[in-house]
Amino acid sequence: MEDLILKLKKEIIGILNREDITPEDIDAEAPLFGDGLGLDSIDALEFIVLLEETYGIKIEDPKKGRKIFYSVKTMADYIQEHQKN
Amino acid sequence: MELFITRYIQLKNHQVILNGIVEYVSEEQSVSKFLGSVYGRSTLDYPKFFKMDNLSKLGFLSAELLLQGTDILQKYPGEEIGIILSNASSSLESDEKHQNFIRDRNNYFPRPSIFVYTLPNIMAAEIAIRHKIKGENTVFISEQFDPGFLYHYVSELFRNQRVHCCIPGWIDCYGDGYESFLFIAERGDRIKRFQDLPEGIPFDPLNLEKLFKGESI
Repeated sequence: MEDLILKLKKEIIGILNREDITPEDIDAEAPLFGDGLGLDSIDALEFIVLLEETYGIKIEDPKKGRKIFYSVKTMADYIQEHQKN
Repeated sequence: MELFITRYIQLKNHQVILNGIVEYVSEEQSVSKFLGSVYGRSTLDYPKFFKMDNLSKLGFLSAELLLQGTDILQKYPGEEIGIILSNASSSLESDEKHQNFIRDRNNYFPRPSIFVYTLPNIMAAEIAIRHKIKGENTVFISEQFDPGFLYHYVSELFRNQRVHCCIPGWIDCYGDGYESFLFIAERGDRIKRFQDLPEGIPFDPLNLEKLFKGESI
């Protein structure tokens, strides 16, 4: 799980094109949206693409994204759960 | 109605040039590193900057440094300020990146963060959002900087009272090439004092061409 969380943090930094932050700067349990990283709806779409392209998980209902992308931890949980199935 | 250029900025050749005076020379050679260094030495805290394509970064930073220290945004309501930009390369760099993500139907993953920048108007929108500018905004594409066209178009906006202040210019970026020239145009009777250019510069095609080329008036 820790490896997956670290991998996700690196992928998120890549999506945000933020060379100035490191995985350690991202709290795995903190909300991804709202203050902090300055994420917006486009980033939510990027996360949907990330899950599909990298992990082969397709989110059919984008409304579920709010829960899945709440934090790095919730993303990792969702990936683990759906990759098993 | 007499119009004046009250401040102008250029970002080119790894330099930031304000009102004809070199303010900053970067050692960075690549466009992204140059723009990153300009952002880094500013006091800006705007995470969205990092997500922009180079064209929008160039336009955003040019506007930021142009407006910094002026009273333009206090003096004019957002609805009275226009942004009229032009360039040669449109958003071609982002267009090509987007195409690379969609060319293979078996590996078809368009990237939303790249797709949103496949219009040059997005650069004008980034500036407008940042400074709450709500007036006319347009981006024209031409092979080269066209001072005559820009002069007539912007003058017409003032004549029709569509704008009372305008931020026109040239923001072009493609590959390793980039160049920005952005200025503030105002009506003579609305200028209480010229902040940086004591006598102001009459807004006309000849002066625009000279400023663009870095020549003195």
